[in-house]
Amino acid sequence: MSVISGQSPGQGPGELGEGFDAGFESEGQLPPGVGPWKLAWRRLRRNRVAMFFGFVFLLIVVVCLLAPVYSTDIAHIGPNYGNPTGTFTLNGKTQFVLSQIGIPIGPTWDIHHYFLGADDQGRDVAVRLLYGGRTSLMIGAVATLITMIIGTLLGVFAGYFRGWWDAILRSANDVVWTYPAVLLGITIGTVLNIHGIGPLHGTNALVPAVVIGFVYVPYVFRPVRGQVLTLRERDFVDAARQQGLSHWRIMTSEILPNLSSTIVVFVPLIMANSILLEAGLTYLGAGVQPPNASWGTMISDGINNDIPTAFHNVLIPGLMLVIAVMSINIFGDGLRDALDPRSKIRVAR
Amino acid sequence: MLRFVVRRMLVMVALLIVISMFTFAMFVLLLPNGNPAALLAGRLATPAEIHLISVRYGFDKPIYIQYIDTMKNIFTGQAYSYQSSFNVLDEIRAGMPATLSLAIGAGLIWLLVSILFGTIAAVRAGKYADRVLTVLSMIGVSMPPFFFGAILIYYVAYKANIIPIGGYVPFSQSVGGWFGHLVAPWITLSILFIGFYSRVLRSSILDSINEDYVRTARAKGLSERQVLIRHSLRNSLIPIISLWGLDFAQVIGGGAILTETVYNLHGVGELARDSIGRLDTITLMEIVILTGIAVVVIGAIVDVLVAYLDPRIRLA
Repeated sequence: MSVISGQSPGQGPGELGEGFDAGFESEGQLPPGVGPWKLAWRRLRRNRVAMFFGFVFLLIVVVCLLAPVYSTDIAHIGPNYGNPTGTFTLNGKTQFVLSQIGIPIGPTWDIHHYFLGADDQGRDVAVRLLYGGRTSLMIGAVATLITMIIGTLLGVFAGYFRGWWDAILRSANDVVWTYPAVLLGITIGTVLNIHGIGPLHGTNALVPAVVIGFVYVPYVFRPVRGQVLTLRERDFVDAARQQGLSHWRIMTSEILPNLSSTIVVFVPLIMANSILLEAGLTYLGAGVQPPNASWGTMISDGINNDIPTAFHNVLIPGLMLVIAVMSINIFGDGLRDALDPRSKIRVAR
Repeated sequence: MLRFVVRRMLVMVALLIVISMFTFAMFVLLLPNGNPAALLAGRLATPAEIHLISVRYGFDKPIYIQYIDTMKNIFTGQAYSYQSSFNVLDEIRAGMPATLSLAIGAGLIWLLVSILFGTIAAVRAGKYADRVLTVLSMIGVSMPPFFFGAILIYYVAYKANIIPIGGYVPFSQSVGGWFGHLVAPWITLSILFIGFYSRVLRSSILDSINEDYVRTARAKGLSERQVLIRHSLRNSLIPIISLWGLDFAQVIGGGAILTETVYNLHGVGELARDSIGRLDTITLMEIVILTGIAVVVIGAIVDVLVAYLDPRIRLA
């Protein structure tokens, strides 16, 4: 990509070059417009590290979605199938899934038999890792969706109308904010597990998703509200009001589009934290319930049963979780840099 | 200044009341089989006995009177758990030394280390040191504390035998034992915050470099070091200290549940987890109110500190 030399200070590298790239020979003609999203995408694409980790995350998602294929066609064992007294043949030798004193076998690195070892009930760790990934990622995605929708709606509402509604919504959010996230999560999670609201009870994996989605609402509400407070004073909002547009139209077609980059930046951040919180709640017994597999249940089973005898049961799901969350975080960082050109200047300073 | 602090305190006290109501409502109204009278009476109780107990403990009264009575008991230290019939205040007091030791040690570590890391990363922005610190902080914010705790317990405690395997030894009993048992929890809890704080500090220092007051400081001939420490850093510390106040207060109120659980510290956080498991409303409410008080008090201290750092807040 060509970069016009002699940029004015304060312009990000390549910033000017992109917009003015093609067809700017004729004098007096405005350069062809490049939308902010397209510019952001170009900047993101050039960030090799962010793209790499974005790809890693995509890979994890695809592999986890293929869990049934691995389970039925390659490993021939289900995620919840315990086989504590079983044996299998590895390189012509007979191996026990659990040794005589009950220690599960470690990784065999044989794709057909206990590739990543067994857990203390003789279940295949590799199969459970993939199925667990589906659960964890699903919870992360649903929780993020809930947080983003509720946080944005309330934030726009409070910031636009101000007054009493704003005061009530703000203090409600402060209550949730003051409560430590994990404590609030296990409180609501326990109540829902026992009592339940509609389909949300017992071992349904949607319970932790809804709980986590609720816990993180203030993290989106606060910045959105703050931004709406300044946006509503801008001239284009005044102009819309002068034209007689309804409040609803102003909120959806004037204010919301201006919030889009903020919202997009928050998605990976909330998703990473949701997946982490799922693991935490599950470790404390208020998240995903056994025998369902999730990365959280696998780590906590490993911590409770396999230290120090079979540490691979902690290490494998733990590393998988850290890699997935880190990929989202690094990609999210790149996304923020791409959408907010000022941060690009910071790094290249 | 005083008015500023008082107003802030009043808001927080109102917040505290709402938080306690929220907790009470969640457990008392939502739980159908959480009837405390039935729990107290035992499994073989007749309906008449259950009725007697609910009259004696006031469970037959309207819900708002029950709430007020519960709050009265909590603040006079007369609250007893319906499940274990222990005095709740005594139970919290028993867990407090471990939680306070964890909070103070880890709080100091994560504040100081993140200021150091954040400043280094900002000064060396884009260079090698910055990249290493960025990678480290990315790992830090992506690491669940109980997973990192399990790694330390397995490799450092079981394999290398350097630290003990979980538990808590009181300071009065053995200073060395106290320190040895707490090193790993301190590190585990700190890593989470260091990753986040150092990135916030880094970007806020880099933002401040474009500010007018930094240009003025340079123009009057201060050295880069003085500009950094007395102008850039001083202003950039404000968001860090506000963040630290809330997080530190939550850890004191038992917010570090995951770290306390994985290391078996028997602190307030573990008590909170156990009381939720037992549906022990009274204990949980008292812990939540304790968290609220910690947030109010430390929040006020932090506000004063921030106002000291930034005259714009003090004089507004």
